[in-house]
Amino acid sequence: MGSAKTKNLSNSPKHIILSVLGTGFFVILCGIIAFPVVAGLLASFRPGTELIRRGLAIDFNVNTMTLSNYKYLFGGNADSQKYFMWYRNSLLITLVTVVLTLAVCYFVAYGLTMYEFKLKNFLFTLVIATMMVPFEILMLPMYKEIIALHLIDTYVGVIITGLCNASTVFFFRQYLSGLPKELLSAARIDGANEYYISVKIILPLAKPAFASMGILCAMGSWNAILWPLLVLKGAEKFTLPIGLNTLLTPYGNNYDVLIAGSMFGILPIFVIFLIFQKYIIDGMTVGAVKG
Amino acid sequence: MKTRNFLYSQKVAPYVFVLPFILSFAVFWIYPLITAFTMSFQKITPSATDWAGLNNYIKLLKDKVFIQAVTNSAKYMFFTLVLLIPFPMIFAVLMDSNIVKAKGVWKALLYMPALTSVVISGTLFRLMFSEYKTGQMNVIAQALGFGTYKWLKNDWSGMLALLILACWRWTGVNMLYFLSGLKAIDTSLYEAADIDGASPIQKFFYVTLPLLKPTTIYVLTISVYAGLAMFLESYMLWAGNSSPNNIGLTIVGYLYKRGIEKNDMGYACAVGVILLLVALIINFAQLILNGTFKKEED
Repeated sequence: MGSAKTKNLSNSPKHIILSVLGTGFFVILCGIIAFPVVAGLLASFRPGTELIRRGLAIDFNVNTMTLSNYKYLFGGNADSQKYFMWYRNSLLITLVTVVLTLAVCYFVAYGLTMYEFKLKNFLFTLVIATMMVPFEILMLPMYKEIIALHLIDTYVGVIITGLCNASTVFFFRQYLSGLPKELLSAARIDGANEYYISVKIILPLAKPAFASMGILCAMGSWNAILWPLLVLKGAEKFTLPIGLNTLLTPYGNNYDVLIAGSMFGILPIFVIFLIFQKYIIDGMTVGAVKG
Repeated sequence: MKTRNFLYSQKVAPYVFVLPFILSFAVFWIYPLITAFTMSFQKITPSATDWAGLNNYIKLLKDKVFIQAVTNSAKYMFFTLVLLIPFPMIFAVLMDSNIVKAKGVWKALLYMPALTSVVISGTLFRLMFSEYKTGQMNVIAQALGFGTYKWLKNDWSGMLALLILACWRWTGVNMLYFLSGLKAIDTSLYEAADIDGASPIQKFFYVTLPLLKPTTIYVLTISVYAGLAMFLESYMLWAGNSSPNNIGLTIVGYLYKRGIEKNDMGYACAVGVILLLVALIINFAQLILNGTFKKEED
């Protein structure tokens, strides 16, 4: 299979047949992968009650389609207000989380990369160690801690625990160690202090790393469930996934909001992904190549 | 002015930079980790906390529901490793070859499930695996001449639903990991293999597979953790943390049930400690078998 990478047979009949087969394979695979979301999208254009009766039945009949779910969702009624409150909460939490996480992780990685100091290797080992323990194990003690700190049911409680994210620090460190250290000594000779250098000289050079990590962090925060589910108690503070989850009660009849709201909830993250696709793949795969 | 000079010196600046990590590490990692261990030896009720010695652990070993949760998680982890390493690797090799056109489109589409909240994908999959005849799985079953089936009420089919959901979510992500690993392989190695007359299959086994090893180990490591710690997929597929006869209960699901729903924190922490030990043992065994530590010593 590796041969296709190096041999140039682009016009031979054999190559054309292989191309059709190879591309066809991904067409089918992507069809299967896209199916649930497409089916959900189609279902969102049918009355919510049909979701129970007909499930996700594929039906392209335009005549039976209706915008009623979306009209209801955007209609300004009580359900609609609740939904957009969750949406706004999610946007706010995501934005604050991204800005603070990037700032914290950049400076930590900067300290661990640009200087030689006694505890450097020890601290970096600790960064790696935090990756070895699944969050789920720390979840209960951290929940008690957040209660003790009076941060329960606050956004601070949701955001603060994950600000210094090990994989983000790791990525910034990989990126910063690729920059020439002479930049620092040159700036020092010019009289710049350490903090000025980190913000005004090195940070602009790390913009691609900020883009990669910012988007990954935004995606993680937008879709976060477990921790916000524990910390947030009041319905007016819920994030979108937590709010949508409450619509799933056995007695609920909010299927209109659920299906249309779900589809509209995927939208921002899909748009960001399509725009910044390149950065996401760079950021995601750094650990996979270096091992 | 003196403190200013002190803080601005090259000796002190690195500590100022790493301070947020030290704080976060102390408050949101080492403290909860130690607390998880100590709580696992305690009997915690809303009114009092008493030392319970090994009682929580002894009780756990006899707890049939816990054993089932461990079995479910272990099964799930095993099958995700079988399904989500070889296939994404082959897809990546195919994607890396020049026989596939419009690669960007397929890569983007395969990544989409990872962007979709589990709340949403769980709901969609619950509808597809519903017991009514309109659920997609029953549509397929009927087309093949079988009757309708209660997918989410039976042991094997519940696991199947979880695995299909996992494959749906992670195939694209793992493929991208392998793809980035393939990009790092020197193409001159394939040219050399061509000169030696190696067949495509030989090149895959003698060049691609060994050189992909760091990526494979990475994917294996994160998959072991993700598999053992799976919870939300099950929570959303069964719309809440209870599935019929606990067919979808996982270790973390049980931890959540005991700790949050039943407020028995000590017992739940013992579940967490066992999860941590199992995860660490499997991962170290895997890393030793793969010779990761040896390589670092050389």
